[in-house]
Order: sequence, then C-alpha cells, then structure tokens
Amino acid sequence: MATKQIQLTGAGGQGLVLAGIILAEAAMRDGKNVAVAQSYGPEARLGASKSDVIISTEKIAYPQVIKPDILLCLSQDAFDKYSPAVDSQALIVVDSTHVNVQGRNTVVQLPLSRAAVEQVGNKLVTNMVALGALNALAHLVSWENLQKAVALRTPPKYRDQNLYALEVGQRLAQENQTKEV
Amino acid sequence: MRAQELVQGNEACARGALYAGCRFFAGYPITPSSEIMEYLAREMPKVGGICLQMEDEIASISAVIGASWGGAKAMTATSGPGFSLMQESIGYAAITETPCVIVDAQRWSPSTGQPTKAAQGDVMQARWGTHGDHPVIVLTASWVREVFEMTVHAFNLSEQYRVPVILLLDEVLAHLRENVILPEPGELEVVERRRPERLEDFKPFSNEMIVNFGEGARLMVTGMAHDEWGFPAQGQKAAEQLQRIVSKIESRADQLALYRAHFVDDADIIIISYGITSRAVEAAGHQLRAQGLAVGWLDLKTLWPFSDKLIRSCTERAQYVLVPELNLGQLVREVERAVRGRVAVEHLGRVDGYLITPQEICQRVQALLRAGVSHGL
Repeated sequence: MATKQIQLTGAGGQGLVLAGIILAEAAMRDGKNVAVAQSYGPEARLGASKSDVIISTEKIAYPQVIKPDILLCLSQDAFDKYSPAVDSQALIVVDSTHVNVQGRNTVVQLPLSRAAVEQVGNKLVTNMVALGALNALAHLVSWENLQKAVALRTPPKYRDQNLYALEVGQRLAQENQTKEV
Repeated sequence: MRAQELVQGNEACARGALYAGCRFFAGYPITPSSEIMEYLAREMPKVGGICLQMEDEIASISAVIGASWGGAKAMTATSGPGFSLMQESIGYAAITETPCVIVDAQRWSPSTGQPTKAAQGDVMQARWGTHGDHPVIVLTASWVREVFEMTVHAFNLSEQYRVPVILLLDEVLAHLRENVILPEPGELEVVERRRPERLEDFKPFSNEMIVNFGEGARLMVTGMAHDEWGFPAQGQKAAEQLQRIVSKIESRADQLALYRAHFVDDADIIIISYGITSRAVEAAGHQLRAQGLAVGWLDLKTLWPFSDKLIRSCTERAQYVLVPELNLGQLVREVERAVRGRVAVEHLGRVDGYLITPQEICQRVQALLRAGVSHGL
C-alpha cells in the first residue's frame, strides 16, 4: 500500500469524525503517515458529516480525499451524495439498516446499526462496528493497533463496549465474505 | 526517538502557545477556533496560567492587552466575526506597542458566513482591519507541525518588537489532524521581552524595551497619540512616533519574510501561495515537474510585512506568476504591485468553502503554458 484514501460519511452525531481519528491513530501506530480532515455543516447534529482519512507510506501533501479507495456510508443522504463519484474499483460499504443501494450490486451491505443495537446494546457504537467491518474487508491497519486506538480515544466507561463493537463489525464482515464465497 | 502523535491544528496552536511561555488566554468560543481555548482551559491552569472565557471578543482582546502589560505572554483566538470585533483594540495594541498574539482561524465570510467552511478571506483585514497606519505582523501555516512552530514564532516576534502578531489559520488546517513529532523544550528558540537596565529615566514609548505594570517604572498607556513618556503628542512629535512604530516592522520586511521556495531558479511559472492552499500547490508542483514542466513554487509563511524583494527575486526569470487563494483576490494584488508589470500575474480564486485541488492548479498551469507557447514566449 502506498496511499489509501478513505471517506467515512453519514450524519452528524454518528461518530464519523471519531471513527476517522481512531483509524488514523491506528495507522500512525503502524508506522504510516496520516491526515484526517473533517467536514460538517453548521448543525449540531444530523447535518451531513464526513471524515477524510489518508493513510500513506509517503508524505501527504494534499490533506483531503480526492478519489476514495474506500467509502463508508451510514446514511442514505451520504450514499446518494458520495457514491456516484466513486469509481468501480473502490470498496463501498453501507449500513443496510438505513441505506437502500438501489440496485448498485457492487456495494457491500451490512446491517451495521442493527448489529450495534442487537449485539452490543447501544446504537451509538455503530461507528465502531463500521470500523471493525471496514478493516476486516480492506485490511487498512493492524487489528492490535486498531484496538489500542479505540482504547485510547474512547471514554473509559464505554471502552469495553467500543472494543466489543469492533469485534462485532469484524465478524459481520467475515460472515458476509463467507456468504459471498 | 520520540513517538509520533496524532495532533489537530488547533491543538498544535495551543501547545505552541504554552511552549512559547503564554500564560494568559482570553477568548470567546467560535468555530473553527474553539479547540484552542478548550485545550488551554484544561492545560493552562496546570502551568500556573490563566484561561478566561470573556463575554465577547472585544473583552477578550482587551483582557489580553491588559495581561500583557501585567507581564504575561498573552493570546486570544477567534474566527472572522470575532476578528472583526477585535479590530479597534488591535489598533490600541499597535499604538501602545503591546506584545500579544491573535489567532484567526479563517472561515467562509463575510458576517456569520459558513462557520464550518474554509477561506483565506481575512488577509487584507489582518493587515488593514484597524483604522489608520499601524504596525502588525501576520504569519500563516500549512501543516500541523508548522502551526506549532509559527505560534511560537508569533510570540517571539511580538515580544521582540512589541507588536501585535496575527496568526492566520483556516478551518481545514485548524481541524486537520496529522501525525507529528512536536518540538521538545529547548528545540525552538523562545524570546523574552527586553527590560531596560535603569527604570528611573526609562521612556516607555521610545524603543522595543518594556517594563510591566508594577515593576517601578512610570507608565501611562494610552491609545491617544503620545510622546516617549506616554503623554499626549501632536504635530511633528505624533508623526515621529507613528513613523517609528510602523518602520520598526516595515523596515524589516525582508528579514521577517519566512518562506519555502521550490525550483524558483528554474521555472517559467512561479506559483505563490500560503496557508492550506500551499498543500495543493506542493502536490501539483511535483506532478507538473514530473511531466517535465518548468514550474516553481513559493510558499509564504510571513504575509505582512510583505517582502517585495522576495517576490521580485523569486520571479525574476519567470514568464507567469499564479496566485491561488481561497478568496476573490487579495494577496494577488500585493504580488502584482511587487512585480511591477514585469511578469503576468494570474489569480486562481475559490470561494465555495472547499479547498483548491492539485488538479485545478495543474490544469491552470498547463493552460497558461499552452497560451504562453502560442504567444511565442
């Protein structure tokens, strides 16, 4: 991997900025250069929210994603807005609980927020379920450093829940891959 | 070797301030600068400093000026709307020769504008926002580590020259997180204000030495035109004092100019940029060189005072100068003035709240070179 451009998209309050920070923290611990740029509207929550993560073995000059290799969409609005511009080689992962991919069959559809509610018991950890799934599919960072980054960047009270959410996401992706085979 | 850290631009600014010895911060929260204050509210008390949330930005800059005369290195941070409110007191800091640092994380403007979108629209306001001729130094940065370094530098210059120093950031850099190794204590120079040896005959407004309140010198600090002692002055005396405070900065324009120049000795087109836009220029510049195009780029860190000499020497052999910036044309005017019509100066502006991309710069440069060829350049 020379450079990976990752876009985490959805609505304000879904924890996409935090997910971007955790992914970058893990990549940095893997010895990579990282840049995380956040983009959101003026609303406190539920406006469009996006986290651009660049992971590279090179120096990162331009700090925003130009052409995503990986796109995560946690809301329908985000999918409608960002997926058309993404080329066919890119990996697109959506939360099938909320997103209708309208026949775009190359998209990986995982029930991320349903798994957060049903398996972890907290909808707020959907971002961590998504990170676990994304990393299982794209092998962006080492599992060990991803766990470390989650532990470092989440409140102690919810640490175990967030770490468990990562595992739930990882399992969700693995089951999905097995199904495809 | 020390470990890398993932640090946000605003956090780097706050940590740079502490490193430089800042022990007083007063501000009013505003996107996209709020994390500077959030960090200092938490960390400032640990080093014995004071962090105050004021009722507005006018009170914030006023508290900073007072704290500076009380002996503290002092800073405030804001964005466009707050920066506008601070303008009158920035003039007060300039005429009273008060060391202080003002951070403006620029957002889409004017007025409330778009709080979460980036811009570089405050370049002229930073220089001329307060009324009248006055001295000011304006710095900028493009990388998270550079935000730290330029914050330290801003304090150093303000203490050395008794002048308000403005650091212009933007929404993207303020919120950007990068892996960095920040300087250790002792790695960067930290400048302290200079005190006169004798207090009895010290004239507080005659040079760049300063005595804080309560240290035994007679002080009268006023925004009225004043003589060396601080008493009201008119006519020739007022003119002399104004010329002194302006020229202490303007006469050093070349010496104060910090920049990075790439391939400027060997280029038909020079791209002159600053702040976050320099990141797109660097990416585009390397792509264009790889295509064999004679492109050079100059990344300015000091915006004011503006060094005409630097611009002239870097564009001497060029046919074109391209100035990309996130506004409708601000620094480009200074570049045009400096090159005196000898080189064609083109502007690439963007005001939709998004950054200029490397692709936009490449396309513009390629178009300029094609046009140049067809004109026989």
